[in-house]
Formats: sequence, C-alpha cells, structure tokens
Amino acid sequence: MAVPVETRRPASPSRPPEGSRWTRDVIETKVFGVLRWVVIVGLVLVTLFPFYYMFILSIRPLDSLLRDPGSLAIPFGELDWSSYRNIMTPQEGGGQGFLRFMGNSAMVALGTVLISLLVAIPGSYAISRLNFFGRRQISALFLAVYLFPSILLAIPLFTFFTRLGLRGQLVALLIVYVAQVIPVTIYMLRNYFDTIPTSLEEAAALDGCSRLGVLRRISLPLAMPAIISNGLFVFMIAWNEFLFALLFLVNTRSNWTVSLGLSQLAGSIEVPTTVLMAGSVILTLPIIIIFFAAERLLTEGLTAGAEKG
Amino acid sequence: MSSVKKDVPAGPAASAAGPRGRRKLSPMAREEQRAGLTLLSPTLILVLVMVVLPILWTLVLAFQRVRILNIRTAGIFGPYTVANFESVFSSSFFTSLGTTLAYSIFGTAGAIILGLIAALALRKPFKGRTLIRASMLIPYVSPIVAVTFTWTTMLDPQFGLINYWGKRLLGWEESIPFLSERAREVSFLGLNFEIPTALIAVIVFEMWRSFPFAFLFLTARINAIPDSLEEAARVDGATPIQRFVHIILPQLLPTIAMLSVLRFIWTFNSFDDIYLLTGGGGGTEVVAVTVFNFLTARGDIGAASAQALVLAVILGLMVGIYIKFFGKKEEVS
Repeated sequence: MAVPVETRRPASPSRPPEGSRWTRDVIETKVFGVLRWVVIVGLVLVTLFPFYYMFILSIRPLDSLLRDPGSLAIPFGELDWSSYRNIMTPQEGGGQGFLRFMGNSAMVALGTVLISLLVAIPGSYAISRLNFFGRRQISALFLAVYLFPSILLAIPLFTFFTRLGLRGQLVALLIVYVAQVIPVTIYMLRNYFDTIPTSLEEAAALDGCSRLGVLRRISLPLAMPAIISNGLFVFMIAWNEFLFALLFLVNTRSNWTVSLGLSQLAGSIEVPTTVLMAGSVILTLPIIIIFFAAERLLTEGLTAGAEKG
Repeated sequence: MSSVKKDVPAGPAASAAGPRGRRKLSPMAREEQRAGLTLLSPTLILVLVMVVLPILWTLVLAFQRVRILNIRTAGIFGPYTVANFESVFSSSFFTSLGTTLAYSIFGTAGAIILGLIAALALRKPFKGRTLIRASMLIPYVSPIVAVTFTWTTMLDPQFGLINYWGKRLLGWEESIPFLSERAREVSFLGLNFEIPTALIAVIVFEMWRSFPFAFLFLTARINAIPDSLEEAARVDGATPIQRFVHIILPQLLPTIAMLSVLRFIWTFNSFDDIYLLTGGGGGTEVVAVTVFNFLTARGDIGAASAQALVLAVILGLMVGIYIKFFGKKEEVS
C-alpha cells in the first residue's frame, strides 16, 4: 500500500501545478516520514529494554553489578550462569527451589486450562447456537463477572477456603482460577462458534446425528483453532496470576507458584538481585515462548475475547 | 433419539430464522431449551458458586464485625452493624479513592494515546513489521511479578540504571527514589511545582504495560478502514494531518471509547501493579491495596468487605454505563 503512494505522487493530477515544492502536504509527509521511524525505534526500545536489562542482570556476577551498575553490555569475560543454578536448586540444596515452584505453576495452569475448556466448550456452544430462556441474561451475567474487581471476590473466597481448611492447597487456587477465566473463555469460544456456518451442523443433524454428536463431530473440530488459542490464553492468565496465589498460599512455601515465589524472595535481603533476575527470566520465558509460537492465534483470540467484554 | 429425528425437518428452518417467539412451546423449542440449559449448567453452577455467591457473601460480611480471629464462629445471620462503613468513610478512604481515580484516568489516557501513536507509526508495511508488532505486545502478556521486579531494579536509587545514567548524563545531583518518594519540588521556567514522584512512576508503568492492548485494538480497527476513503481525501489535496483528523480519527472513535471504558475499569480495579511496585507507599495507595491491607495486615474482614463493596458499587455504575452504551451493539454483531 505504501509503495504505490510514493511512486504515484509525482504523476498525480491533483498536485498543484505551480512552482512551490514546499507545500504543506510535502512538508507534513516528509516530517511524518521521519517521525514515524523515530517513534518506531523509540517504542521498540521502550518495550524491549526492560526485558534485555532483566536478562543481562541475570547473567552478571553480583559484585560486577554493584561496581558498575550502568553497564549494559553482555559481559562475555565474566558471564555467570550461577544465578540460574542457585534459583533452580531445591531449598535443601541451598538454592531457592524454583523448579518446584515451576512445577506448581504448571500444574495449576494446565489444570485451569483443562477444566475451563471442558466446562466452557458446551456452555459457549449452547450460548452461540441454542435459543433458550435466559440466554441474554446469562450473557450479561458473564460480562459483569468479567469486569468485576477480583479483590471483591478475594475476601469471601479467602474466608471460605480458610473455613474449609483448603486455603494452602493448590486445589483452592485451581477452582478460583477456573471461575475467573470462564467468562473470557465463554466469550472467545462463543464468538468463534458464531462464525461457523449452521448449515454444516444441520446437514449432520439431517443425517441423524444427535445434538452431542453434532457438537463432537462437526463443531468441535472446526473450532479447534479457537480452542487452542483460548487454552494458551488461559494458561498465560493462570501462570501470571498473583493476587490469589499471594492470598491463599503465602504460608505454605512448598505450594508457592513461580510468581509468588519471586515476589516473596524479592522482599528478603539474603537473596541477591542477580538471582531474582534469573527468577524473573524463568518466570517470563515460558510465556514469551508460547506467545511467539502462537502469536497470530493469540492476538486474534485476545481481540475476540476482549471485544465482547 | 426418535424425537430428535422427528423434529429434524423443522430444525434447520427454525434455527436459520433466528429469534422465534411464536414457536416458544413447540416440542422442538422445548428440547432446545433443555439442551441449552444442560450444556450451560456446569459453567453456570461454577460461576454462581464461585463468583456470584461470594459477592453476595461480601455484602453480608460488610455489615458484620468479622475478623480473622473469629472467622470460624461468624455466621451468616450474625449481628449486623454499619460500624464498618463508618470506619471506612472516616479513615483515609477518600484519599485512596482520589489516588485510584488519578491513577486510572492518567494511566488509561496515557496507554491509549501511546497505543494510538504506535498503531499509526506501524501502519504502513515494512520489512520486519510483523515481528515488531508482536514484540510490542510483550509487556502486556508478561508476568506482572517479573516486569514490576525489573522496573523496581531499574528505578532503584542505589544500583538502578535510571539513576546511574541520570546522574552521569542529566546532571542529577542525587538519586531519585522514584518508587518511595511522595513529592518532589521541580522548578521549570522560574515556577516551582510539586510533582507526585511515586504516583507518576506507577502511572508510567501502567502506560508501558497496557499500551499494547490499545495498540492491538486500534491496529485491528485501522486495518479495517477502506483505503479508498483516504485515497479520495488525498486526491482532494488533504494533508496527512487533515487525513488523520477527518478520516482516520472519526473511524477510530468507537474503538477508543470502548478501550477507555475497559481500560478504566481494569485500572480502577488493579491491585498487583501498585502492590508490587510500591506496596502502596509514597502516596500510591489505591483502594484495592487498602482492601488487601485491611484483610491481611489488620485481619479486619468486615472493614475490608465494606471498602471492597464501595469500590464495587462505583464500578457497578461504570459497568452499567458500559453495557448501556456498548451492550446493544454487541447483540447486533
């Protein structure tokens, strides 16, 4: 699109035939042409710099950081991976035990993905396809839930799980996460089901397929891209979650998630900054990998999910 | 099974016709009704039990004297009192409400403006644009704990990068404790200003973290604008600024309005960012952080509930506005 603009301009009949080359149009086009690149470079720097800084600090020895805090080059001579060793080693081995925290995070996040999909696929199908009493009210309810402050939910759930004696358990976290992501999941999947032509399902129904059979054999395979992107999206939400992990698990170290572990260790003086930066890298890396592996699916899913709520 | 087969001829016609009020009581419609509710029931039960019921319970808790210590003995029908609300409104609630508002308004506006600038700058294709577009979303999807921690380190007064280079290149006399300083005197053109350092720092962070969201939506919308519109304006001699103001901006306004409401609600609720960056210190205590402190540090469940409830009522009004203005369009699309 940009190329024809540039080449067509000199020949364009609408250009003022008079001599002056410096019309407002020409000046603006030139200024914005330059400004555009300045903005792009600036934005890329601003977005990516913190991640670069995070990584650089994680591979520097602590004393070099304290000696020269302004250095941004990768220190080839003094490259130091010991922070990663420290953060991953179990606590009994003198490390911070992040391997275990990663296991906890992965378990909760995968569990959330599985359960929320299992529950939301039939639900979103019903909202998209079937006409039943209260459908609009239920849609509105999910929208409201999606927009409500999680701190409001935190209090009763905290009280509830304390009473049940489940507060330090990963299961409690799992249940809360599923309830939290369900509205988004429903919206994302419903939008996708809406785009699948009904004629395909009707054809299957005419051939004698039951309603569940139609869902399983026709709609589900067609909705696969949406289901996968939604699953990844939910995984990211659950992996990144902090508030409920902090509220529920703070007293049981063995059940900490990576986010919680990092935030708790950041408060203590004994753990050096470089080690915590290694922890940050470890926490961020899975998300960045997932994001770049499924970038197109995820951005589409994100817009679809948020547009509706 | 047999009943399904019998109804099938009516099926396609009915579902293609869309809303069908008159056939409400036909066996087909009743079957659909039952199937719909059955398929939805797991979701519905989960949301009712884990979300709606707890919210109602907050309502009850807000009117009781419940503390962590007597959490096991407090009942649903306990003695009710408005003492919690009295203490909420007599304490610093309005200060933190003001902070929350300032944080949400400036954070939202900043993120949307930055997102708009990014969307416009990346509008025309060039080599590597896809990669740059994708990288620009990283702040939004990254774990909040990791990014706040990186920012805290960057802004650290002792070995933070910003203060190091500020002192070297910008001639700062001393380190600025960005995340703990309440206010700083700044003189500009002979005038002295007091600027809220920590509040500005958390707002800048919020802009950084959520501009990708605005960028994503605005890019999608810009791509949907037909080229012919702009081409016509160009032929008529409109300059780039004029084309933006008269052609592009009007097309983006609905998206910007939707983003403003959504981002405002989310920023208004947000807890993690500020708790992790400043812990609510330096004049950045938003309502969500106050609620959290009441709940954990003081163990005062009743007061925490009362505050959360006031927050929710304010938000409920905003959600109401959102649904009123955007809910209708949703049904159409």
